[in-house]
Amino acid sequence: MISLTVNGKQHEVDADLDTPLLYVLRNDLELNGAKFGCGLGQCGSCTVLVDDKPVFSCLMPLAALGNRKVRTIEGLGTADKPGPVPAAFETEQAAQCGYCIAGMIMRAQALLERNNRPTEAELRAHMAPNLCRCGTHMRILAAVRRAAVAMGGGVQQQAEAKP
Amino acid sequence: MADVGNCAGCHTAAGGRAFAGGRPLPTPFGTIHATNITPDAETGIGTWSREAFVRAMREGIARNGMHLYPAFPYDHFTNASDHDLEALYAFLMTRMPVQARASANDLKWPLDFRPLIAGWNFLYLKKGPMADQPGQTAEWNRGRNLVEGLAHCSDCHSPRNEWGAEKHGQAYDGAWIEGWYAPPLNAHSPAVQPWTADELFSYLRTGLSARHAAAAGPMASVTQSLAKAPDADVRAMAVYVASLMADAPSAHGNRPPIDHQELADKAHPAAAALFAGACAVCHDSGAPMMQQGRPPLSWGTALHVDTPNDTLQVIMHGLRPPAGRSGPVMPPFADTFSDFQLADIAAYLRARYTQQPPWPDVLKAVGELRRGGAP
Repeated sequence: MISLTVNGKQHEVDADLDTPLLYVLRNDLELNGAKFGCGLGQCGSCTVLVDDKPVFSCLMPLAALGNRKVRTIEGLGTADKPGPVPAAFETEQAAQCGYCIAGMIMRAQALLERNNRPTEAELRAHMAPNLCRCGTHMRILAAVRRAAVAMGGGVQQQAEAKP
Repeated sequence: MADVGNCAGCHTAAGGRAFAGGRPLPTPFGTIHATNITPDAETGIGTWSREAFVRAMREGIARNGMHLYPAFPYDHFTNASDHDLEALYAFLMTRMPVQARASANDLKWPLDFRPLIAGWNFLYLKKGPMADQPGQTAEWNRGRNLVEGLAHCSDCHSPRNEWGAEKHGQAYDGAWIEGWYAPPLNAHSPAVQPWTADELFSYLRTGLSARHAAAAGPMASVTQSLAKAPDADVRAMAVYVASLMADAPSAHGNRPPIDHQELADKAHPAAAALFAGACAVCHDSGAPMMQQGRPPLSWGTALHVDTPNDTLQVIMHGLRPPAGRSGPVMPPFADTFSDFQLADIAAYLRARYTQQPPWPDVLKAVGELRRGGAP
């Protein structure tokens, strides 16, 4: 048995050490917010927070976790009472098919907890690893800007540098 | 020629306009800020004549007579042909002018006194252009002219003396650059498979060789730039660089991939589980990526050199081509693994995929990279 802490709750699971964290979250703990996209750490739909940092849970073996704490989208509030980041995504209607959105929200959460006044460039660079095939990037960015304000800060706009 | 020399690599700031300068270049002597080489009259090279440009490239002297620091590799550019320098001048002068002034340099005393560079030039600058070597093919000579000139390959791949000049007699012996170890490109090449002209061509062109590995760190930027250079020029460079490594151990035939899985699993059981859960999905022999002809880990030079630095850099920070460009991709693992786990995985890879003795001080190397420091 391996023990892990997810969204503040301790769990014991019967799994091999090399099992990806994503499988344990979805199959054993029935936390189905994080999605299996590519399974190669290239799309970001499986993004969760491990000790407050965004990681691809499809490539995080259980053995790597140690006693670090996991947070998933289920830990950011409920459908009735969403936290500021999921609430902003809802207000901006950032989801089209929605498959990438839990990962997007978790990555945005990590940024805004660390720095709720990022520049637009920092915001874009931070979100770059997560992909959206529907193409709702502009709404996703708008949602993160809205969430930054809701968290007491705001994204710092600046003249956009063109390469 | 600007792509062969990767001018934009240094002369473009992160997120800035191409060739407008401003990028800080850390050197052992302090920080130098790359200048604006767009044709802006006030802050760039807009007022520079062709003669002034050629003098800067050949002698390291700016239009106003000021000595330029050798971080600008005029000790290589001096070798370029008149024709190539003229083409480069014509290209740069027809870029969009950008008004941007580079920050002041932050150099240790007394190196902020530029006339001292005259002494450096007297000792270390061998003025070009470079004459062709008789008895060699035109393609080889073209490659040599580009590699020793505008492409300035040995700028990163050769060790330097206490004055920052490349050590005489140790050309292409390998060197440290911006937190990476650039491996030797001569008879000391630690490559496992032969670096043939064909392999070098595809590596320089695409950032990936099927018999070696993907380009990473500063070399990834070089290959991104060479991807836009003329075919014939990159092929000539490949021919010349292959000839530099003709006496390397790897030149004498292909070696099959090494995989001491049982041994490594026994020596590093924890890392074996981490590898199985995080790395095997791409790097195991049966993985989909491997079915596309990607090289096995044992053919990558980084695992065979004396330092774990480059292996750790790639594991921690992954590979990501610039936005909108294609190239090899690998996710970063710095936040997935602890320092101890990263060190354990590196040791596991070394044991499983090479015949080399274990690296000493892998954990220390992880710590240095965590702090962002270069060894």
